[in-house]
Amino acid sequence: MIWLTWRQFRLQALMVGAAVAVLAVFLAVTGPGLSDDYDRYAGEFLKQIALERINGYLYVVGQVLVYAAPPVIGAFWGAPLIARELEAGTHRLVWNQSITRTRWLVAKLAITGVGAMAVTGLLSLAVTWWADPIDDAIGTGQASGVFNVPRLLPPVFGARGVVPIGYAAFAFALGVAVGLVVRRTVVAIAITLAAVIAVEVLSPLLLRPHLMTPVETTIVVTTENMRGFMLSGPEDTAEVTQIEAKLPGEGFWKLSEQTVNSAGQAPKTLPQWLAKCGPPPPNVAPDPSRPTLANCFQRLADEGYRQKITYHPANRFWDLQWREAGIFLLLAAGLTGFCFWRIRRDLT
Amino acid sequence: MTTALKAQGLGKKYGRRWALTDCTLDVPAGRVVGLVGPNGAGKSTLLNLAVGMLTPTAGQIEMLGNPAGTTQQNKIGFVAQDTPTYARLSIADHLKLGARLNPGWDDSLAQARIQQLGLDLKQRAGKLSGGQRAQLALTLGVAKRPELLILDEPVAALDPLARREFLQDLMEAVTEHELSVILSSHLVSDVERSCDYLVVLVDSRVQVSGDIDTLLATHYRLVGPRREEKSMPQNQHVVSVSHTDRQSTYLIRTDEPVLDPAWTVSQLTLEDIVLAYMGRSTSAPQNNRPLLEVQR
Repeated sequence: MIWLTWRQFRLQALMVGAAVAVLAVFLAVTGPGLSDDYDRYAGEFLKQIALERINGYLYVVGQVLVYAAPPVIGAFWGAPLIARELEAGTHRLVWNQSITRTRWLVAKLAITGVGAMAVTGLLSLAVTWWADPIDDAIGTGQASGVFNVPRLLPPVFGARGVVPIGYAAFAFALGVAVGLVVRRTVVAIAITLAAVIAVEVLSPLLLRPHLMTPVETTIVVTTENMRGFMLSGPEDTAEVTQIEAKLPGEGFWKLSEQTVNSAGQAPKTLPQWLAKCGPPPPNVAPDPSRPTLANCFQRLADEGYRQKITYHPANRFWDLQWREAGIFLLLAAGLTGFCFWRIRRDLT
Repeated sequence: MTTALKAQGLGKKYGRRWALTDCTLDVPAGRVVGLVGPNGAGKSTLLNLAVGMLTPTAGQIEMLGNPAGTTQQNKIGFVAQDTPTYARLSIADHLKLGARLNPGWDDSLAQARIQQLGLDLKQRAGKLSGGQRAQLALTLGVAKRPELLILDEPVAALDPLARREFLQDLMEAVTEHELSVILSSHLVSDVERSCDYLVVLVDSRVQVSGDIDTLLATHYRLVGPRREEKSMPQNQHVVSVSHTDRQSTYLIRTDEPVLDPAWTVSQLTLEDIVLAYMGRSTSAPQNNRPLLEVQR
């Protein structure tokens, strides 16, 4: 059965394996250099490596490939695994040899599934290792060019560590299960591709923030930490709708921010006088009586307004990684269980 | 081991439609059994139940003395409808598959058969003709060295010449390896050529089953002056009847000789018998399906 599984799987395995190997070679060649540069340039590291285009390309390509691996594996390894047999009727050939369907499925799932996780794991490991100095530098507040997203933030988080392995296992099991249900290879590939991409997009929005209780903090907004000041409405009656401040430190993942009053509630509108604090409209003579931003923030603080921020601190990276990977591995196990249950039912 | 297949009140329902109902059968081992019936009669359902591809909705089915689909997968070979093979695998790969997945695999037999058929081991199964593919599937089934080989419409897709060759080949394998065989077909001629036991399945019911020689010896056509069915003797089981104004034609089954001098008694061919049973079913009030393609 091992032989047969490999015989049927080797083409797909070689294609994905080759793509991963090519990237791995590039990363292996350039990785040690990056790590040397990190030591040499210290605070100027990102600025220096951004000068060489290859670094930016590899950074982005690695990221994209780690995200692409689960949908591709789910769609092209998982979906056809059973669907193609059902479609061609060959399950009636192979299930009537001297082994049970369960053993047949065990071999198929184990070999291909472990392959899926191993390939994605290697890819993620290579990319995580290569990008480690960069992630490190971003974590200390450096930023340059494409290198500006801390690893805890959604665009990077899913392309590092163990989360891709969880995605790959889930995508593979989903592909197999979908193929078993719809029994059409092409349809199963399409559904799996769409579903896994949707999961990759939605997981950071709907799942990841809730994996741990976010830290809640309140800070006073000042001219130094102010990052946004949003006005809306016509000039005379403009209202301030939103103020954004930056937390001290680097590398955290901010989930929400509200301006709350002294009672701790978020008012519908901020005080009217705040509108005058924004920069004066163009082609209007400077008004000496207009308050400065610093005065405004002082008054805001005095009236008891604070910025209430929830976030995940940077040191939660691995906790969140393991939790998310674990959840997707559990989902994969559930889907696998479904496949074993379904395969024992009537399928002609 | 005296029975190959034993079914008790066996039934299978797909959704709300019964594909097989109240099937009670006792097929002895060591025979070549022909399962005949029009398309859609439930032949495939019965065979799929026999190899455990399907589970019964009602009743039981035993193969070689054990419930179907439980153990002994190595004792039963199955060549499924349309003789599926892996299009991208070569013939050699298929033989390797058979060898890997069957403890009792007879590789020399498989190699010899492929050679005898003049097939190239390196050829992909997808490039084979329908007849060659059927032969490959049969090779897999036979080289597994089962006690019972089940074939679901193995020759349906073949032209008459390939059909004859395939069946001849099958019969050689049967005599050589002392196999029991159950073979389904919608053509009586296939069965007549190769089988010694007959099961007729129409509209998801078993109409008649038995040794072909016995069936031929116990069925008669009686032609004589018009006579009502009620007045027929008890020991003459009427299969079908047709009347003209003055004449009646009966097709009966009886274990005793027909002695009534009013009848002109004639023997029947197997096809006559099968058609009579099929016709009987279609004229029954509970079903209004048209007579099927047995005459093809």
